[in-house]
Amino acid sequence: MHELSVTQSLVDMVIEEAQKRNLKKVTKVTVVIGELTGLESESIKFYFDVLSENTVAEGAELVFKIVKAQFKCRQCGNIFERTNFTFNCPVCGATGVLVDKGKEFYMESIEVE
Amino acid sequence: MDEIVIIRDVLEANNNVAHENKTIKDERNILMVNIIGSPGTGKTSFILRAIENLKVPCAVIEGDVTSDIDARKMAERNIPVVQINTGGSCHLNAGSVNRALKSLSFDNGIVFIENVGNLICPSGFELGEDFKLALANVTEGDDKPYKYPLLFTKAKAVVLNKIDMLPYFEFDKKFFYDGIRALNQEVPFFEVSARTGEGFGEFAKWLEEKYYKFRQSK
Repeated sequence: MHELSVTQSLVDMVIEEAQKRNLKKVTKVTVVIGELTGLESESIKFYFDVLSENTVAEGAELVFKIVKAQFKCRQCGNIFERTNFTFNCPVCGATGVLVDKGKEFYMESIEVE
Repeated sequence: MDEIVIIRDVLEANNNVAHENKTIKDERNILMVNIIGSPGTGKTSFILRAIENLKVPCAVIEGDVTSDIDARKMAERNIPVVQINTGGSCHLNAGSVNRALKSLSFDNGIVFIENVGNLICPSGFELGEDFKLALANVTEGDDKPYKYPLLFTKAKAVVLNKIDMLPYFEFDKKFFYDGIRALNQEVPFFEVSARTGEGFGEFAKWLEEKYYKFRQSK
């Protein structure tokens, strides 16, 4: 649900960066999203298309780089991604601990004409 | 086609205001606690019970989509309260808390922010609070840490409410707490019932210590 307000922030940011550089048209925006943020890329894309109308970002392609959350096994040190309803190690079954990854949400780059 | 690398936090506008809120509340000697939980988890009754048990003066910032039912409950008990109606938004943002803080005539104590009932969106927005408190409850099930990990990752306290309902629900405490520990190794756990008052003595003692430490640190 909160994709609308975060997408507005993203569009504002793209416009600001374009203005700073006197750019007329942004053709691509790359955004990094961590799995743990719960942000849904489909919704962001939908809102982006609407909110960027009549701006330098209108029609720009939105590219997402999704960062998976990672856990480290307390027992064997294996680094793994979660599966549903368990944070346990798929190798030895011991409990994992969240590695600081998966909370990202930032704009990485823009492409311009 | 030229690619320009610009790394910017999408939420920076919110974070800047959150930073300002932190300065405001620090100047006013306020420890600010952001209460996040699902609709019906008992946020309002939790806050009321907590205030009953705390020896430190308290005030409340009430976030709600449209109503002022919760704020009226606070006002009836002479608790200083400011209502924020988000008008449909699923979370509080730093801007709305900024306005609320400025209109709240209260210093030297604890301010509870009752966020909008939702486990996802409020977790993503910094408000300038000292910490987030995750309020789960027995009746909503033991799988919440697995379904909504961000909240439990960020929380500095996890409270399990409606503990008196434990005999009537299949709530696997081990599964619940194991999930949280995987996400957050330090966070303290509390078990309470806002209905009976059970567990609030321990919670209030912990929060008072936090408050006094906060005051000493300045």
